[in-house]
Amino acid sequence: MNFWLLLLVEVVVILVVMLVGALVTIYAELKISAHMQSRIGPYYAGGKWGWAQPAADGLKFMQKEDLVPAAADHTVFRLAPYIVIMSALAVWVVIPFGPDLVVRDLDLGVFFVLAVSSLSTLGVLMAGWASANKYSLLGGLRAAAQLIAYELPLLLAVVAVVVQAGTMSLNGIVAAQAQTWFTVGGIEISAPFLLKGQIIGFVIFMVAAVAELSRIPFDMPIAESELTMGYLTEYSGIRFTMFFLGEYASMVAISAIAATMYLGGYWVPGLPESTLNAVGPFVLLAKVAFLVFLLIWFRWTWPRLREDQLQDLAWRWLIPLGLLNIVLAGIFKVVL
Amino acid sequence: MTELMHRSEVAVSVELQTPDMTLNIGPQHPSTHGVLRLVAKVDGEKITEVEPVIGYMHRGYEKLAEVRTYAQMTALVNRIDWVSGFASEVPFIVAVERLTGIEAPERAQWIRLILTELFRISSHLVFMSSYPLELGATTPLMWALRERERVLDLIESVTGGRFHPNFNRVGGVKPAAGGGSQTKKISQDLPAGFFDQTRAAMEKVLHVCDELDELVTGNELIKARTVGIGIIPADKAIEFGLSGPNLRASGVDFDLRKVEPILPYDQVDFDVVTAQGGDCYDRYVCRLEEIREAAKIVLQAIEKIPAGPLQAKVPRILKVPEGQVYVRHENPKGEFGYYIVSEGSRMPYRLKIRSTSFSNLSILPWLLEGQLLPDLVAIMGSLDFVLGDVDR
Repeated sequence: MNFWLLLLVEVVVILVVMLVGALVTIYAELKISAHMQSRIGPYYAGGKWGWAQPAADGLKFMQKEDLVPAAADHTVFRLAPYIVIMSALAVWVVIPFGPDLVVRDLDLGVFFVLAVSSLSTLGVLMAGWASANKYSLLGGLRAAAQLIAYELPLLLAVVAVVVQAGTMSLNGIVAAQAQTWFTVGGIEISAPFLLKGQIIGFVIFMVAAVAELSRIPFDMPIAESELTMGYLTEYSGIRFTMFFLGEYASMVAISAIAATMYLGGYWVPGLPESTLNAVGPFVLLAKVAFLVFLLIWFRWTWPRLREDQLQDLAWRWLIPLGLLNIVLAGIFKVVL
Repeated sequence: MTELMHRSEVAVSVELQTPDMTLNIGPQHPSTHGVLRLVAKVDGEKITEVEPVIGYMHRGYEKLAEVRTYAQMTALVNRIDWVSGFASEVPFIVAVERLTGIEAPERAQWIRLILTELFRISSHLVFMSSYPLELGATTPLMWALRERERVLDLIESVTGGRFHPNFNRVGGVKPAAGGGSQTKKISQDLPAGFFDQTRAAMEKVLHVCDELDELVTGNELIKARTVGIGIIPADKAIEFGLSGPNLRASGVDFDLRKVEPILPYDQVDFDVVTAQGGDCYDRYVCRLEEIREAAKIVLQAIEKIPAGPLQAKVPRILKVPEGQVYVRHENPKGEFGYYIVSEGSRMPYRLKIRSTSFSNLSILPWLLEGQLLPDLVAIMGSLDFVLGDVDR
């Protein structure tokens, strides 16, 4: 097929996946949080179960006035939401939905993911600085501090996976999990990395991911009760929607990475290789849905930590644990 | 030349400093409970100085009282602290009764007691919902408000109002809502089925207390945010005139229901909840336990309430004899008192409202100095004030 045509198809598919994923996640959050709080949740939009609520919200935001504060740095203020949403989008480039269903199977896939996903904090910092609002500035600075603290544990957790898989390509990581681990009575057993000694790594990854996403209990950059809405304070209308979509798209993207690295991605035990291209995407989505549910569950159960407590957790617990985890992964790799 | 040298030395000895940023929190801010404004000087996230600015909700009740008759005032006084409206009506009415020498019948006093405690539960449940929210937890909000709705339904069934009951009369209470003209002469009283509904509602309230225990009280993150934060030592608490759970959390066993009861609290069995730490967590726990105690009081009171009239004989035009009186009572938030000066007319000459939140708020600048910005929210929320009560 023509290179450009293929590229167009890929871009459209990724856009649709991201957008639909974000909308479904927003809807899931509305409904699940409602159930947890003994509310009804959206009910009327779309006729049944309020399924059209996220889209209706989006349309509403589009009609709102697009305000830019007079003292704001206009260019940066306008640019910030796109950087956030772009980083969420770019992650999808390397996520494999099946053995052949991947936009670009980069050799440095994991590295690319980490590099691109940390771009979103740049957007957040830009938003905080450009808003010319003290609350926004505090929110932006908190986000920067959070990034520095949590990029490290995230990296260390991923390094352990890379050590175990022996590759940085996400497709390769899935393949490594599909490999036969050991044989019992002629039955070949293979397991995802979560079961192959990566449970500490998984926990570290998820904690760091929640911090990266700035969701409760690590939502200090937004912290409604302290900083009104942090870096989002001055945003309205379509730009706010961009941040909002970006947040949920990153949620799905990070869950997809976690699912790929720890839960086996598109691979599921017992299925022949040939069917994976057809079944794989659904398997991956099911795993992503589970992880997204976890994130939603966290948010509606816990309160917010304090900024210094977050740093404490990162530097005193997660980073030493991450280093230990790498050592364990090395031992695991050599011995087993 | 020497002067120049001197100046250069001064310039060298000055350390690098960043000026503090002035952060204006409020009057429109999600966690200032209305229109409190705090002008804070922050060094990064650390607060170096904070100055509360109050008065955005000043409605001049003390002045208004001078041109209102005593009977008209009940409609105003329950709007001072709207979260516990009934509890601020009672001391005013009792003060007027003391001045005039009228005594409310026993049944009316018990009804006042029941309603005061119901409002205490309602007020504390508002705290139970808003405090975790300020710490970022949204679910306790819905759980606590869900059960508060049952309490408000009870209050509505008796008084006809959910927030502003306006139910007290000098010398008694208003005939209950729903009595109707047929029954007016015989049973101007609590609505039918009130006792059963109360028992059911108290069961729910106690149940939600247990749920909150699981979701909030034992939560490690809540503890991380509140234990050891905003410690008020007992002597400071007394110095700043704190009262209610804020005082008792610092280990001072002082409850006006025990010390100076104006309602038949001596006939019910309940404990005064105290804690020793004086931090935000203790203030939270004190309020949670007080809900349980209040439910206990209500359950006892509906057993003990005697039959009888609701209203003492009161002259058609109520003129209060010359004199002064101060009556105080344990509001959900602490000591709430009225000082009335009467010159023998139909209206008070002067009314001074000793509102709880105003005194409780006075410790804020002392307490917030040197704290972190996130702790500001935790501390401010833990004091549980209502801005209508602060500004009057």
